[in-house]
Amino acid sequence: MTDIRSIVSDGLWHNNAGMVQLLGLCPLLAISNTAVNALGLALATLAVLTLSNVLVSLARPLLQPEIRIPAYVLVIAALVTASELIFNAFLPSLHARLGIFLPLIVTNCAIVARAESFASRQSPGLALVDGFAYGLGFGWVLVVIGIARELIGTGTVFAGLNLLIPSMPATGITITDGGMLLALLPPGAFFALAALLVVRNLIHAKRVR
Amino acid sequence: MSDKSVSVVGGTARLVAIAAIAAVIVALAWQVTRRPIAENLHAQRMAEFSAVLGSVSFDTLDYDNFMRIEAPHDLPGDEAAIIYTAMRDDQVAAWVFVVQAAGYNGPIRLMIGLNPALDVTAVRVLEHAETPGLADGIERSKSDWIDGFNNERVVNESDPRWALRQQGGAFDSFTGASITPRAIVHAVRDTVAWAKRNSEDRLGTKTDD
Repeated sequence: MTDIRSIVSDGLWHNNAGMVQLLGLCPLLAISNTAVNALGLALATLAVLTLSNVLVSLARPLLQPEIRIPAYVLVIAALVTASELIFNAFLPSLHARLGIFLPLIVTNCAIVARAESFASRQSPGLALVDGFAYGLGFGWVLVVIGIARELIGTGTVFAGLNLLIPSMPATGITITDGGMLLALLPPGAFFALAALLVVRNLIHAKRVR
Repeated sequence: MSDKSVSVVGGTARLVAIAAIAAVIVALAWQVTRRPIAENLHAQRMAEFSAVLGSVSFDTLDYDNFMRIEAPHDLPGDEAAIIYTAMRDDQVAAWVFVVQAAGYNGPIRLMIGLNPALDVTAVRVLEHAETPGLADGIERSKSDWIDGFNNERVVNESDPRWALRQQGGAFDSFTGASITPRAIVHAVRDTVAWAKRNSEDRLGTKTDD
């Protein structure tokens, strides 16, 4: 249960926050309209989840059952506020595009779930690995949906990458001309996630057999 | 009973300790990001002002010093309108109006630059919720449609040029979206007309028509 390999494979695949636990769907669906937005939110979530796991684990001597939920909320809210300030200071245009979804990382239940079910019972080192693995797991799902929606919606991938890495081109990689607008609109998010879940379930079913 | 009160006191003390840690995290982040955030905000405001003032040169434009016209007013939009004044050699060099056009999906916040003769210098969309894809034309980063307002002049409120081309006006429409461009054209026209009506008592200047 607690060896590093199983933590990593749970976080990335078997117990993936976005695909299996289906936690954090609000940001997953709302901010996956382009690959760059998805990548930005994925990085912020990864940082918050990793640090919150470490801090919750370090704070174990202070935790007792009655206060654990407000304690998680305090730690996560502080980290989200800090990450929002950092985005605002150093990546202002991405901050403007992610808008309300950066502070709303605080409501991503995947983070509280890891604090409660893992970090509050394990050493800081393992909590760090766990937070990183689940953060990456959530992040890759977010980015895959972002790439798919952007590609189908506009025919480009990673347009606006200069917001994240200034030396990169703003136009991204153009693959086809134009696209299906639906993919960019809210229903597109549900279709993309559903398609991903189908793929995941097919692979899972094959393995079980 | 006494056990319980001990655990309440202890729990509260622990929660206070965790809150203190959270406060330290936020304070540190704020300390580090405070200056870059202020600089970004300044740079962004100045870039917006320069974009709508086109070739107008000005010495000072103090964005903390503006005229706020509370709703209901007879400028476009249901929220308060803001008027900034750019100065040059103690004379007004330009005005910058922030008003809202009635878009298809809600208000479109517009920044409109007017020179002392009350000609439009340029217009930019600050914020909107129009359908992505269909209304991309209003974003300067995606289209030069909004440059059609550069150096335009409004004769009066019923100036026939201030309409879409299909209604005999001077402005292009977009395929699949005519409400959005029409809303912007009319909002700009009404803002200039308001400025002309109120130039003496609200803007404190006399213009020769």
